[in-house]
Order: sequence, then C-alpha cells, then structure tokens
Amino acid sequence: MDWTALFLSLKLALVATTILMIVTAPLACLMAYSRLPGKAFLEAFINLPLAMPPTVVGFYLLIMMGPEGWLGGLWTRATGSPLLFTFTGIVIASIIYSIPFALQPMRAAFEKIDPRLIESARILGLSPPAIFTRVIIPNSLNGIAASAILVFLHTLGAFGVVLMVGGSVPGQTRVASVAIYEAVETLQYGSAAMMSLALLPICYIFLLVVHRLTRSPS
Amino acid sequence: MNLQIRIRKPLPHFELSIDVNCPAETMTVVIGPSGAGKTTLMRIIAGLDKPAEGFIQFGDEVWLDTKRRIFLPPQKRRLGYVFQDYPLFPHLSIHDNAAFAAGARKEVVQKLLERFGIGHLQDRKPDAISGGERQRCAICQALAREPRLLLLDEPFSALDVFTRRDLRDELRNLKEELRMPVIYVTHDVNEALYLADDLLPIVEGQVDREWMQRSIVRVDDGRPERAKAVREPRLSLAY
Repeated sequence: MDWTALFLSLKLALVATTILMIVTAPLACLMAYSRLPGKAFLEAFINLPLAMPPTVVGFYLLIMMGPEGWLGGLWTRATGSPLLFTFTGIVIASIIYSIPFALQPMRAAFEKIDPRLIESARILGLSPPAIFTRVIIPNSLNGIAASAILVFLHTLGAFGVVLMVGGSVPGQTRVASVAIYEAVETLQYGSAAMMSLALLPICYIFLLVVHRLTRSPS
Repeated sequence: MNLQIRIRKPLPHFELSIDVNCPAETMTVVIGPSGAGKTTLMRIIAGLDKPAEGFIQFGDEVWLDTKRRIFLPPQKRRLGYVFQDYPLFPHLSIHDNAAFAAGARKEVVQKLLERFGIGHLQDRKPDAISGGERQRCAICQALAREPRLLLLDEPFSALDVFTRRDLRDELRNLKEELRMPVIYVTHDVNEALYLADDLLPIVEGQVDREWMQRSIVRVDDGRPERAKAVREPRLSLAY
C-alpha cells in the first residue's frame, strides 16, 4: 500500500482547495451580482471542464503547460524549472479542472443573500470590498464550506487530468487515484483495495457534511 | 441644509414626476395610496434607483444631475434610511448592527441604544428580539452614521398598534433634536397628521395637495340635498 500517494492526494486537494476558494470568491461575486453583457459566455467557458472528458481537459492543459505552451514557457522563464510532471503542475491543472465545482455552490450562496442587506450596507457607507467581507462572506459561510468540500473531493478523485499533466512521479505527482490504477495494472489487487478503502470513508463523510450544509433550513 | 428634488421617472402605469424642496429641521411626510411612487422617490433620494431625468441637491452638494451626468453613490450621500421591513444583519448582534455604519462612533452607538431602550438587548441576535425592538435597532443603526438627512419609509407599519404608537411618540420627541430634514413616508393619515411639519401627498406619481382633503371626507351622492352638506369623516382622527 502506497501511503505516499494517499498523503500526496490529500496535500494536492488541500492546496488546490485553498487557492481555489480565494480565486473563486470574487469571481462568484461577479457572476452573482454583475450584469455583464458576456456573462453567459464566460460562464459556459468556466464550466467547460464539467462537460468535457478529463483527458481532453488534460490534453489542452498538457499543451498549454508544456515547454512550448504559453503557461509552461512563462513558468520556465520565471523559475528555470518545467511545469509538467511536477507537483505545482498538477496543482494548477486541478485548480482549472475544479473551478466549476467551486463556483456553482458559492454563486448560489451569494445569490441567496437578501439584496436588501446589500442596499442597507451601501447606504451605511460601506465600500464594495467592505460589503464583500462584512456582509456577503459572513452570510454565505455554509455555501462557501460546501463549495470547499466539493472541490476537495473532486480534486481527490481527479485522475485523467492529473495523469495527463503529471504522469506518475512518486512523491511528486503519483496521487492515490493514479497509484490505484497502476496497482491494478500490475495486478496488485490487495494494495489497490487498501487504498480504495482508505478513500471511501473520507468521501462519504464529507458528502454527508455537504448535505448538511446545503439543505435549506426548515 | 435643505434638500431640493426635481425628478422624473416613468413607472409601469404612470410617471413619477416630483419637484419639491425639503427644508432643514422639518419633517416632511410623504403620504398617498399604496403604489403611488412614494418608495421609488425615497430610493432615488438615497441613490438606490436612478431617475430618467432629474436633479437632487443637498445644501450646496449636487447628488444627482442627469444633464451633467453627476451621480453620487449612496455611500457618499451620508443619509440614514429606515425601511418598513428591511432585515437587520442576521449574523451580527444588536450592538454590532447599530454600530455597522462606516465610521460609527462607539459612544454615539451606546447613547442611541440606551435612548431607544434596547441597551440591555445589545448582545442578542436580531431573531431573538421583537419586531418593535428590531425597528428601534434599525433607527439606531441609521442615526449612528450621524446622517445629514433621515429617510423613514413606513418604518412602523409592520408593527402592532401599541408598539407603533410608542415608537411614533418617540419619533416625535426625537424630531425636536434632529437638526436635519426628515422625510417620512406613510399611507396612514393619522400618522401623517400627527408627525408632519409639512405634508406632501403623492398620487400616481404627482404631488396632489387636495388628496388629503378628499381622503378624509367623503361626499355621499346618494343622500338628499340637505344631508350632502354634512361631510362624513371616513377616518377617525381621534386616536
């Protein structure tokens, strides 16, 4: 049984979730409250990873993050190291792959906030960033937590994208899902079963928490 | 400081068209039937809505001038607004609600809470106090901003008769201390007559000075000629 892989999965999920929450909050705010003309197009674009096969997303990311791609090239010039087949690489890939899962629940939570609270805050002299931190965030904590857990689980379960961008470098990019796949490939069913069993309760408990957080108060 | 308003905004069934002047230290009561455009007028003054055309000036500060494309956002108008059923911030205690405004001073907040008799409730959450107490907190919240103008949009109409009467009395006392224009919206004639320094009846978006008279008395055409002279009060003014 590959403990390193399991640990790496959790680390990846934690890092990606933290970054995603920070990146997505303003984006979800924009989606919930602004009346941008091109909002539908932007939203469909962000939701693309939901609809496309992970291998397709992974393929595009592979091209983008390769030494010839704009992101990979930029990264190599800035840091001197490649982006593909590294932990940083799979963090970036996971973030892009999981954005829809972060955005939707957060946006729904923001849209549920009574617009009159926001009007009230404006009259009381609060700037838009202050309204965001003092009214919107504290009144949508459940939605934000649900969003964080969904992203965490989705990243934990990512396989195709991680494999395409990260390959299977032990301790770097060989996460649990990849390790399980390889164990099965090499007929080590016992090891695969152990790792699968380790993931099962984590996912189940977190899903129960999501249910609790998102159910409407009765 | 007086408030000058000249606005025009088309609404679904009529056009809101108002041209008034609200002097300082005066309570102007805007009265009229439901759906006459009273709340829209208040929202425009607060900067929450924009009129099609208009000009609003407070003292010598222009808040809105559609011709010169001037629009001062609500944050910068420094006014207090108490709504009929606006919720307090559910995640904050009564004290923190009252102290929510940008730049609210501690001692001012404390004084207001005591004055409105909710000092002992300041650690409770809004859902743990009564409707009357919530509206008291809303008034504290608006006044803690130390506003230059106070807008009250049917602030007591969701309350029961007794609480309403108490708050109305308190407001009348408070009026003497406030050195700012106050605009009070209501559809209740009793309340209007009790509180107003100046009445502004609005019907279908227009100022209609005769409306009060018409709504208080009614001429019954079915009666004989002699009885017609006796006007029948429709509303009891003795409260």
